[in-house]
Amino acid sequence: MSQSKHLILWLLPLFLLGCSGEASNQWHGHDITGVMPDLEFELTDHTGQPVTAEDYRGKITLMFFGYTSCQHVCPVALSKLAAATRELGDQADKVEILFVAVDPKRDKKVLDDYVTEFTPDLVGLTGTQKQLKAVAKRYRVAFSYEKPREDGFYIVNHSGAVFVFDPQGKVRLLIDEQAKTANITEDLRNLIEQSSG
Amino acid sequence: MTLPTILEQSVAFLLPYDFSPTVLLVCIGAGLLYQRGWRKAGGGLGQAVMFWIGLVAIYVVLQTQFDYYGQHSFFMHRLQHLVLHHVAPFLIAVSAPAAILAAGLPEPIHRYVVTPLRRNWLLRHVYAAIQEPLVAGAIFVGLIYFWLIPSVHFYAMLNVPLYNTMNWGMAIDGLLFWWMIFNLRAPGASDMRHYGYRLLVLFLVMFPQIALGAYIALSDHDLFGIYAACGRILPITPLTDQAIGGLLTWVPAAMMSFVGGLVLVHRWNRRSRHVEKPVSPTLRCAR
Repeated sequence: MSQSKHLILWLLPLFLLGCSGEASNQWHGHDITGVMPDLEFELTDHTGQPVTAEDYRGKITLMFFGYTSCQHVCPVALSKLAAATRELGDQADKVEILFVAVDPKRDKKVLDDYVTEFTPDLVGLTGTQKQLKAVAKRYRVAFSYEKPREDGFYIVNHSGAVFVFDPQGKVRLLIDEQAKTANITEDLRNLIEQSSG
Repeated sequence: MTLPTILEQSVAFLLPYDFSPTVLLVCIGAGLLYQRGWRKAGGGLGQAVMFWIGLVAIYVVLQTQFDYYGQHSFFMHRLQHLVLHHVAPFLIAVSAPAAILAAGLPEPIHRYVVTPLRRNWLLRHVYAAIQEPLVAGAIFVGLIYFWLIPSVHFYAMLNVPLYNTMNWGMAIDGLLFWWMIFNLRAPGASDMRHYGYRLLVLFLVMFPQIALGAYIALSDHDLFGIYAACGRILPITPLTDQAIGGLLTWVPAAMMSFVGGLVLVHRWNRRSRHVEKPVSPTLRCAR
Protein backbone atom coordinates (compact mmCIF):
# COMPACT_ATOMS: atom_id res chain seq x y z
CA MET A 1 0.00 0.00 0.00
CA SER A 2 2.58 2.52 1.11
CA GLN A 3 4.84 1.54 -1.76
CA SER A 4 2.46 2.42 -4.57
CA LYS A 5 1.49 5.61 -2.77
CA HIS A 6 5.17 6.30 -2.38
CA LEU A 7 5.70 6.07 -6.11
CA ILE A 8 2.91 8.53 -6.78
CA LEU A 9 4.43 10.88 -4.24
CA TRP A 10 7.72 10.72 -6.10
CA LEU A 11 6.14 11.49 -9.40
CA LEU A 12 4.30 14.50 -8.02
CA PRO A 13 7.33 16.79 -7.72
CA LEU A 14 8.46 15.85 -11.22
CA PHE A 15 5.03 16.74 -12.47
CA LEU A 16 5.04 20.06 -10.65
CA LEU A 17 8.47 20.86 -12.00
CA GLY A 18 7.27 20.10 -15.49
CA CYS A 19 4.54 22.67 -15.06
CA SER A 20 6.76 25.40 -13.76
CA GLY A 21 9.66 24.71 -16.11
CA GLU A 22 7.76 25.66 -19.26
CA ALA A 23 6.79 29.11 -18.16
CA SER A 24 10.08 30.08 -16.55
CA ASN A 25 11.51 31.69 -19.69
CA GLN A 26 8.77 34.22 -19.83
CA TRP A 27 9.65 35.86 -16.51
CA HIS A 28 12.71 37.37 -14.92
CA GLY A 29 11.40 36.52 -11.45
CA HIS A 30 10.55 33.00 -10.29
CA ASP A 31 7.18 31.85 -11.55
CA ILE A 32 5.36 30.57 -8.47
CA THR A 33 1.85 30.43 -9.94
CA GLY A 34 -0.14 27.89 -7.94
CA VAL A 35 2.76 27.20 -5.61
CA MET A 36 1.57 29.41 -2.77
CA PRO A 37 -1.86 30.40 -1.43
CA ASP A 38 -3.83 33.44 -2.65
CA LEU A 39 -3.27 36.83 -1.07
CA GLU A 40 -5.04 36.93 2.27
CA PHE A 41 -4.40 38.87 5.47
CA GLU A 42 -5.95 40.98 8.18
CA LEU A 43 -3.71 43.92 9.08
CA THR A 44 -3.81 47.65 9.77
CA ASP A 45 -2.66 50.10 7.11
CA HIS A 46 -0.42 53.12 7.74
CA THR A 47 -3.41 55.40 8.25
CA GLY A 48 -4.61 53.17 11.07
CA GLN A 49 -7.45 51.57 9.12
CA PRO A 50 -7.99 47.81 9.52
CA VAL A 51 -7.63 46.26 6.05
CA THR A 52 -7.82 42.84 4.41
CA ALA A 53 -6.50 41.51 1.12
CA GLU A 54 -9.94 42.09 -0.41
CA ASP A 55 -9.26 45.83 -0.30
CA TYR A 56 -6.48 45.40 -2.87
CA ARG A 57 -8.25 43.13 -5.33
CA GLY A 58 -8.22 44.53 -8.84
CA LYS A 59 -4.62 45.63 -8.56
CA ILE A 60 -1.36 43.81 -8.99
CA THR A 61 0.18 43.68 -5.54
CA LEU A 62 3.82 43.40 -4.55
CA MET A 63 4.21 42.20 -0.98
CA PHE A 64 7.45 42.78 0.85
CA PHE A 65 8.27 42.13 4.52
CA GLY A 66 10.52 44.54 6.38
CA TYR A 67 10.66 47.11 9.17
CA THR A 68 10.97 50.89 9.31
CA SER A 69 14.24 51.03 11.29
CA CYS A 70 15.88 48.82 8.66
CA GLN A 71 18.90 50.71 7.39
CA HIS A 72 19.93 48.98 4.19
CA VAL A 73 17.84 46.13 2.82
CA CYS A 74 14.36 47.62 3.13
CA PRO A 75 15.01 51.14 1.75
CA VAL A 76 16.92 49.65 -1.19
CA ALA A 77 14.25 47.08 -1.93
CA LEU A 78 11.39 49.54 -1.55
CA SER A 79 12.97 52.22 -3.70
CA LYS A 80 13.69 49.58 -6.33
CA LEU A 81 10.04 48.54 -6.31
CA ALA A 82 8.93 52.18 -6.37
CA ALA A 83 11.23 52.91 -9.32
CA ALA A 84 10.10 49.80 -11.19
CA THR A 85 6.48 50.87 -10.72
CA ARG A 86 7.17 54.48 -11.77
CA GLU A 87 8.64 53.18 -15.01
CA LEU A 88 5.24 51.80 -15.90
CA GLY A 89 4.07 55.37 -16.60
CA ASP A 90 0.32 55.74 -16.74
CA GLN A 91 -0.11 52.07 -15.82
CA ALA A 92 1.58 52.60 -12.48
CA ASP A 93 -1.79 52.93 -10.74
CA LYS A 94 -2.52 49.29 -11.59
CA VAL A 95 0.16 48.24 -9.12
CA GLU A 96 0.16 48.50 -5.34
CA ILE A 97 3.22 47.91 -3.19
CA LEU A 98 2.39 46.39 0.19
CA PHE A 99 5.11 46.90 2.77
CA VAL A 100 4.40 44.58 5.69
CA ALA A 101 6.24 46.07 8.67
CA VAL A 102 7.03 43.25 11.09
CA ASP A 103 8.37 45.32 13.97
CA PRO A 104 5.12 46.87 15.25
CA LYS A 105 6.76 48.11 18.46
CA ARG A 106 8.76 50.67 16.48
CA ASP A 107 6.86 50.67 13.19
CA LYS A 108 3.39 51.68 14.34
CA LYS A 109 4.19 55.30 15.20
CA VAL A 110 6.31 56.11 12.19
CA LEU A 111 4.77 54.01 9.43
CA ASP A 112 2.63 56.82 8.05
CA ASP A 113 5.59 59.20 7.63
CA TYR A 114 7.78 56.40 6.36
CA VAL A 115 5.56 55.35 3.46
CA THR A 116 4.76 58.85 2.24
CA GLU A 117 8.48 59.38 1.69
CA PHE A 118 8.50 56.71 -0.99
CA THR A 119 5.68 56.76 -3.49
CA PRO A 120 1.91 57.18 -3.48
CA ASP A 121 1.68 53.55 -4.53
CA LEU A 122 3.17 52.30 -1.30
CA VAL A 123 0.90 50.96 1.42
CA GLY A 124 2.37 50.34 4.85
CA LEU A 125 0.81 47.44 6.72
CA THR A 126 1.34 46.27 10.25
CA GLY A 127 -0.60 44.52 12.97
CA THR A 128 -0.42 42.51 16.15
CA GLN A 129 2.27 39.85 16.49
CA LYS A 130 -0.42 37.25 15.93
CA GLN A 131 -1.63 38.85 12.71
CA LEU A 132 1.90 39.34 11.39
CA LYS A 133 2.91 35.79 12.23
CA ALA A 134 -0.16 34.46 10.42
CA VAL A 135 0.78 36.32 7.21
CA ALA A 136 4.42 35.27 7.52
CA LYS A 137 3.47 31.63 8.01
CA ARG A 138 1.08 31.73 5.04
CA TYR A 139 3.92 32.84 2.77
CA ARG A 140 6.51 30.67 4.53
CA VAL A 141 8.67 33.63 5.51
CA ALA A 142 10.20 34.30 8.90
CA PHE A 143 11.13 37.30 10.94
CA SER A 144 12.93 37.42 14.27
CA TYR A 145 14.34 40.08 16.57
CA GLU A 146 17.98 40.14 17.58
CA LYS A 147 19.20 41.21 21.03
CA PRO A 148 19.05 45.02 21.53
CA ARG A 149 22.35 46.96 21.52
CA GLU A 150 23.24 49.27 24.39
CA ASP A 151 21.36 52.18 22.81
CA GLY A 152 18.26 50.02 22.49
CA PHE A 153 18.52 49.54 18.74
CA TYR A 154 17.91 46.01 17.56
CA ILE A 155 18.13 44.29 14.19
CA VAL A 156 15.16 42.44 12.78
CA ASN A 157 15.94 39.41 10.60
CA HIS A 158 13.44 39.23 7.78
CA SER A 159 12.83 37.83 4.34
CA GLY A 160 14.21 39.43 1.19
CA ALA A 161 11.64 38.17 -1.28
CA VAL A 162 8.88 40.15 -2.96
CA PHE A 163 5.71 38.17 -3.63
CA VAL A 164 3.71 39.31 -6.63
CA PHE A 165 -0.04 38.67 -6.87
CA ASP A 166 -2.33 39.27 -9.84
CA PRO A 167 -5.52 41.40 -9.59
CA GLN A 168 -7.49 38.31 -8.50
CA GLY A 169 -5.10 37.83 -5.60
CA LYS A 170 -3.47 34.72 -7.13
CA VAL A 171 0.22 34.37 -6.45
CA ARG A 172 2.35 34.75 -9.60
CA LEU A 173 5.98 35.65 -9.02
CA LEU A 174 8.72 35.69 -6.45
CA ILE A 175 11.29 38.43 -6.98
CA ASP A 176 14.53 38.05 -5.08
CA GLU A 177 16.87 40.71 -3.75
CA GLN A 178 19.21 40.58 -6.73
CA ALA A 179 16.51 41.46 -9.26
CA LYS A 180 17.18 44.48 -11.49
CA THR A 181 14.68 47.33 -11.60
CA ALA A 182 14.26 47.10 -15.39
CA ASN A 183 13.47 43.39 -15.13
CA ILE A 184 10.89 44.00 -12.44
CA THR A 185 9.23 46.60 -14.66
CA GLU A 186 9.18 44.15 -17.55
CA ASP A 187 7.60 41.43 -15.43
CA LEU A 188 4.99 43.88 -14.18
CA ARG A 189 4.21 44.98 -17.75
CA ASN A 190 3.71 41.36 -18.75
CA LEU A 191 1.44 40.77 -15.81
CA ILE A 192 -0.65 43.86 -16.55
CA GLU A 193 -0.97 42.77 -20.16
CA GLN A 194 -2.01 39.27 -19.15
CA SER A 195 -4.57 40.40 -16.63
CA SER A 196 -6.17 42.98 -18.89
CA GLY A 197 -6.33 40.69 -21.91
CA MET B 1 15.32 33.36 33.48
CA THR B 2 12.76 32.21 35.96
CA LEU B 3 11.39 28.70 36.08
CA PRO B 4 7.94 29.64 34.73
CA THR B 5 9.42 31.35 31.65
CA ILE B 6 11.63 28.34 30.97
CA LEU B 7 8.59 26.06 31.26
CA GLU B 8 6.57 28.39 29.08
CA GLN B 9 9.27 28.45 26.42
CA SER B 10 9.66 24.67 26.50
CA VAL B 11 5.94 24.18 26.01
CA ALA B 12 5.95 26.76 23.21
CA PHE B 13 8.81 24.87 21.56
CA LEU B 14 7.00 21.56 21.75
CA LEU B 15 3.85 22.88 20.11
CA PRO B 16 3.72 22.14 16.37
CA TYR B 17 4.60 24.98 13.99
CA ASP B 18 2.41 23.51 11.31
CA PHE B 19 0.04 21.03 12.92
CA SER B 20 -0.40 17.84 10.90
CA PRO B 21 -3.07 15.38 12.06
CA THR B 22 -1.50 12.76 9.77
CA VAL B 23 1.88 12.86 11.49
CA LEU B 24 0.24 12.84 14.92
CA LEU B 25 -2.03 9.89 14.08
CA VAL B 26 0.69 7.85 12.40
CA CYS B 27 3.07 8.37 15.34
CA ILE B 28 0.42 7.61 17.98
CA GLY B 29 -0.79 4.62 15.96
CA ALA B 30 2.72 3.21 15.62
CA GLY B 31 3.38 3.82 19.32
CA LEU B 32 0.18 2.12 20.47
CA LEU B 33 0.72 -0.81 18.12
CA TYR B 34 4.26 -1.24 19.34
CA GLN B 35 3.32 -1.00 23.01
CA ARG B 36 0.56 -3.59 22.59
CA GLY B 37 2.78 -5.95 20.63
CA TRP B 38 5.71 -5.47 22.98
CA ARG B 39 3.61 -6.59 25.93
CA LYS B 40 2.11 -9.51 24.05
CA ALA B 41 5.27 -10.74 22.38
CA GLY B 42 7.58 -9.85 25.27
CA GLY B 43 10.16 -7.76 23.46
CA GLY B 44 13.49 -6.74 24.96
CA LEU B 45 14.01 -3.45 26.77
CA GLY B 46 16.93 -2.43 24.53
CA GLN B 47 14.96 -2.81 21.34
CA ALA B 48 12.02 -0.91 22.80
CA VAL B 49 14.28 1.99 23.79
CA MET B 50 15.70 2.20 20.27
CA PHE B 51 12.27 2.02 18.66
CA TRP B 52 10.87 4.75 20.91
CA ILE B 53 13.82 7.08 20.44
CA GLY B 54 13.44 6.68 16.68
CA LEU B 55 9.68 7.28 16.72
CA VAL B 56 9.84 10.26 19.08
CA ALA B 57 12.69 11.77 17.05
CA ILE B 58 10.59 11.65 13.86
CA TYR B 59 7.71 13.32 15.70
CA VAL B 60 9.94 16.01 17.21
CA VAL B 61 11.60 17.09 13.97
CA LEU B 62 8.26 17.25 12.16
CA GLN B 63 5.85 18.51 14.78
CA THR B 64 7.63 20.98 17.04
CA GLN B 65 9.20 24.37 16.43
CA PHE B 66 12.15 22.38 15.10
CA ASP B 67 10.28 22.36 11.80
CA TYR B 68 10.11 26.17 11.84
CA TYR B 69 13.89 26.32 12.14
CA GLY B 70 14.16 23.65 9.46
CA GLN B 71 12.18 25.85 7.08
CA HIS B 72 14.31 28.91 7.74
CA SER B 73 17.84 27.66 8.08
CA PHE B 74 19.63 25.37 5.66
CA PHE B 75 21.65 23.58 8.29
CA MET B 76 18.59 22.96 10.49
CA HIS B 77 16.89 21.56 7.40
CA ARG B 78 19.84 19.21 6.85
CA LEU B 79 19.68 18.20 10.52
CA GLN B 80 15.97 17.50 10.13
CA HIS B 81 16.65 15.25 7.16
CA LEU B 82 19.54 13.57 8.94
CA VAL B 83 17.07 12.53 11.64
CA LEU B 84 14.27 11.65 9.19
CA HIS B 85 16.36 9.70 6.70
CA HIS B 86 19.26 8.35 8.69
CA VAL B 87 19.14 8.34 12.49
CA ALA B 88 15.48 7.65 13.35
CA PRO B 89 14.80 5.01 10.67
CA PHE B 90 18.15 3.42 11.52
CA LEU B 91 17.14 3.06 15.17
CA ILE B 92 13.68 1.79 14.29
CA ALA B 93 14.96 -0.75 11.76
CA VAL B 94 17.84 -1.96 13.92
CA SER B 95 15.40 -2.60 16.78
CA ALA B 96 13.75 -5.32 14.64
CA PRO B 97 10.20 -4.14 15.28
CA ALA B 98 8.40 -6.29 12.68
CA ALA B 99 7.46 -9.20 14.95
CA ILE B 100 6.41 -6.84 17.74
CA LEU B 101 4.30 -4.62 15.48
CA ALA B 102 2.71 -7.72 13.96
CA ALA B 103 1.89 -9.03 17.43
CA GLY B 104 0.32 -5.68 18.28
CA LEU B 105 -1.96 -5.73 15.27
CA PRO B 106 -5.55 -6.71 16.09
CA GLU B 107 -6.38 -10.09 14.56
CA PRO B 108 -9.08 -8.87 12.08
CA ILE B 109 -6.74 -6.25 10.63
CA HIS B 110 -4.08 -8.89 10.31
CA ARG B 111 -6.41 -11.24 8.52
CA TYR B 112 -8.36 -8.84 6.31
CA VAL B 113 -5.85 -6.08 5.60
CA VAL B 114 -2.26 -7.15 6.07
CA THR B 115 -2.44 -10.71 4.73
CA PRO B 116 -4.22 -9.79 1.44
CA LEU B 117 -1.77 -6.93 0.95
CA ARG B 118 1.13 -9.28 1.42
CA ARG B 119 -0.38 -11.68 -1.09
CA ASN B 120 -0.95 -8.95 -3.68
CA TRP B 121 1.16 -9.83 -6.70
CA LEU B 122 1.95 -6.26 -7.75
CA LEU B 123 2.82 -5.03 -4.27
CA ARG B 124 5.03 -8.05 -3.66
CA HIS B 125 6.98 -7.41 -6.83
CA VAL B 126 7.30 -3.66 -6.32
CA TYR B 127 8.42 -4.25 -2.75
CA ALA B 128 10.93 -6.89 -3.78
CA ALA B 129 12.29 -4.57 -6.48
CA ILE B 130 12.81 -1.56 -4.24
CA GLN B 131 14.22 -3.74 -1.47
CA GLU B 132 16.88 -5.10 -3.79
CA PRO B 133 19.98 -3.74 -2.00
CA LEU B 134 21.54 -1.90 -4.95
CA VAL B 135 18.17 -0.41 -5.97
CA ALA B 136 17.40 0.63 -2.40
CA GLY B 137 20.84 2.20 -2.14
CA ALA B 138 20.33 4.11 -5.40
CA ILE B 139 16.93 5.42 -4.25
CA PHE B 140 18.41 6.34 -0.88
CA VAL B 141 21.13 8.48 -2.43
CA GLY B 142 18.96 9.62 -5.33
CA LEU B 143 16.39 11.16 -3.01
CA ILE B 144 19.03 13.17 -1.16
CA TYR B 145 20.35 14.51 -4.46
CA PHE B 146 16.92 15.14 -5.91
CA TRP B 147 15.67 17.39 -3.10
CA LEU B 148 18.96 19.28 -3.05
CA ILE B 149 18.76 20.32 -6.70
CA PRO B 150 18.51 24.09 -6.07
CA SER B 151 15.41 24.62 -8.24
CA VAL B 152 13.65 21.62 -6.70
CA HIS B 153 14.64 22.77 -3.23
CA PHE B 154 13.25 26.21 -4.03
CA TYR B 155 9.76 24.94 -4.77
CA ALA B 156 9.86 22.37 -1.97
CA MET B 157 10.42 25.13 0.58
CA LEU B 158 7.59 27.29 -0.81
CA ASN B 159 4.89 24.76 -1.53
CA VAL B 160 3.34 23.06 1.48
CA PRO B 161 2.20 19.79 -0.20
CA LEU B 162 5.59 19.44 -1.88
CA TYR B 163 7.37 20.17 1.40
CA ASN B 164 5.34 17.49 3.16
CA THR B 165 5.96 15.05 0.31
CA MET B 166 9.68 15.66 0.70
CA ASN B 167 9.66 15.01 4.44
CA TRP B 168 7.37 11.98 4.25
CA GLY B 169 9.42 10.60 1.38
CA MET B 170 12.60 10.96 3.41
CA ALA B 171 11.13 9.16 6.43
CA ILE B 172 9.54 6.35 4.38
CA ASP B 173 12.62 5.83 2.24
CA GLY B 174 14.81 5.88 5.34
CA LEU B 175 12.71 3.12 6.88
CA LEU B 176 12.80 1.06 3.68
CA PHE B 177 16.54 1.45 3.25
CA TRP B 178 17.58 0.63 6.81
CA TRP B 179 14.97 -2.13 6.91
CA MET B 180 16.62 -3.66 3.86
CA ILE B 181 19.99 -3.39 5.59
CA PHE B 182 18.96 -4.97 8.88
CA ASN B 183 16.15 -7.27 7.78
CA LEU B 184 17.44 -10.81 7.70
CA ARG B 185 15.18 -12.14 5.01
CA ALA B 186 14.68 -10.91 1.49
CA PRO B 187 11.00 -10.23 0.86
CA GLY B 188 9.23 -13.35 -0.32
CA ALA B 189 12.35 -15.47 -0.10
CA SER B 190 13.08 -18.01 2.56
CA ASP B 191 16.85 -17.83 2.19
CA MET B 192 18.92 -15.33 4.10
CA ARG B 193 20.49 -12.53 2.12
CA HIS B 194 24.16 -12.21 2.25
CA TYR B 195 25.62 -9.78 4.77
CA GLY B 196 28.48 -8.94 2.41
CA TYR B 197 26.14 -7.59 -0.24
CA ARG B 198 24.51 -5.25 2.25
CA LEU B 199 27.88 -4.18 3.60
CA LEU B 200 28.90 -3.33 0.05
CA VAL B 201 25.77 -1.20 -0.46
CA LEU B 202 26.38 0.62 2.84
CA PHE B 203 29.91 1.31 1.66
CA LEU B 204 28.81 2.48 -1.80
CA VAL B 205 26.15 4.95 -0.58
CA MET B 206 28.79 6.72 1.49
CA PHE B 207 30.70 8.25 -1.42
CA PRO B 208 27.94 10.15 -3.22
CA GLN B 209 26.89 11.60 0.14
CA ILE B 210 30.44 12.66 0.95
CA ALA B 211 30.81 14.22 -2.51
CA LEU B 212 27.54 16.14 -2.27
CA GLY B 213 28.16 17.26 1.32
CA ALA B 214 31.66 18.42 0.48
CA TYR B 215 30.46 20.25 -2.63
CA ILE B 216 27.86 22.14 -0.60
CA ALA B 217 30.12 22.78 2.40
CA LEU B 218 33.00 24.09 0.30
CA SER B 219 30.91 26.07 -2.17
CA ASP B 220 31.87 29.75 -2.17
CA HIS B 221 28.44 31.11 -3.12
CA ASP B 222 24.92 30.71 -1.78
CA LEU B 223 23.45 27.68 -3.60
CA PHE B 224 20.02 27.84 -2.00
CA GLY B 225 18.70 31.37 -2.38
CA ILE B 226 15.34 30.39 -1.00
CA TYR B 227 16.57 30.83 2.59
CA ALA B 228 17.54 34.45 1.96
CA ALA B 229 14.25 35.00 0.16
CA CYS B 230 12.19 33.62 3.01
CA GLY B 231 14.28 34.90 5.89
CA ARG B 232 16.93 33.22 8.01
CA ILE B 233 16.02 33.20 11.66
CA LEU B 234 19.38 32.26 13.11
CA PRO B 235 21.91 35.08 13.19
CA ILE B 236 24.54 33.42 10.99
CA THR B 237 25.75 34.33 7.53
CA PRO B 238 24.36 32.45 4.51
CA LEU B 239 27.72 30.81 3.80
CA THR B 240 28.18 29.61 7.39
CA ASP B 241 24.66 28.21 7.31
CA GLN B 242 25.43 26.43 4.06
CA ALA B 243 28.80 25.15 5.23
CA ILE B 244 27.32 23.59 8.38
CA GLY B 245 24.50 22.12 6.30
CA GLY B 246 27.03 20.63 3.89
CA LEU B 247 29.06 19.18 6.75
CA LEU B 248 25.90 17.56 8.14
CA THR B 249 25.29 15.94 4.76
CA TRP B 250 28.89 14.90 4.55
CA VAL B 251 30.13 13.58 7.90
CA PRO B 252 27.30 12.17 10.09
CA ALA B 253 25.38 10.85 7.11
CA ALA B 254 28.38 8.87 5.93
CA MET B 255 29.13 7.83 9.48
CA MET B 256 25.74 6.15 9.73
CA SER B 257 26.98 3.77 7.03
CA PHE B 258 29.95 2.98 9.22
CA VAL B 259 27.79 2.35 12.31
CA GLY B 260 25.40 0.26 10.23
CA GLY B 261 28.38 -1.71 8.96
CA LEU B 262 29.53 -2.40 12.52
CA VAL B 263 26.10 -3.71 13.44
CA LEU B 264 26.07 -5.96 10.37
CA VAL B 265 29.56 -7.30 11.02
CA HIS B 266 28.61 -8.00 14.61
CA ARG B 267 25.45 -9.85 13.57
CA TRP B 268 27.27 -11.69 10.82
CA ASN B 269 29.91 -12.80 13.27
CA ARG B 270 27.32 -13.92 15.79
CA ARG B 271 25.44 -15.86 13.15
CA SER B 272 28.45 -17.60 11.71
CA ARG B 273 29.59 -18.64 15.17
CA HIS B 274 26.10 -19.99 15.67
CA VAL B 275 26.29 -21.96 12.45
CA GLU B 276 29.78 -23.25 13.11
CA LYS B 277 28.69 -24.88 16.36
CA PRO B 278 28.61 -28.62 15.94
CA VAL B 279 24.91 -29.24 15.84
CA SER B 280 23.32 -32.44 14.66
CA PRO B 281 21.85 -32.29 11.15
CA THR B 282 18.36 -33.03 12.41
CA LEU B 283 18.50 -30.14 14.84
CA ARG B 284 19.63 -27.78 12.11
CA CYS B 285 16.77 -28.82 9.91
CA ALA B 286 14.33 -28.26 12.69
CA ARG B 287 15.50 -24.71 13.16
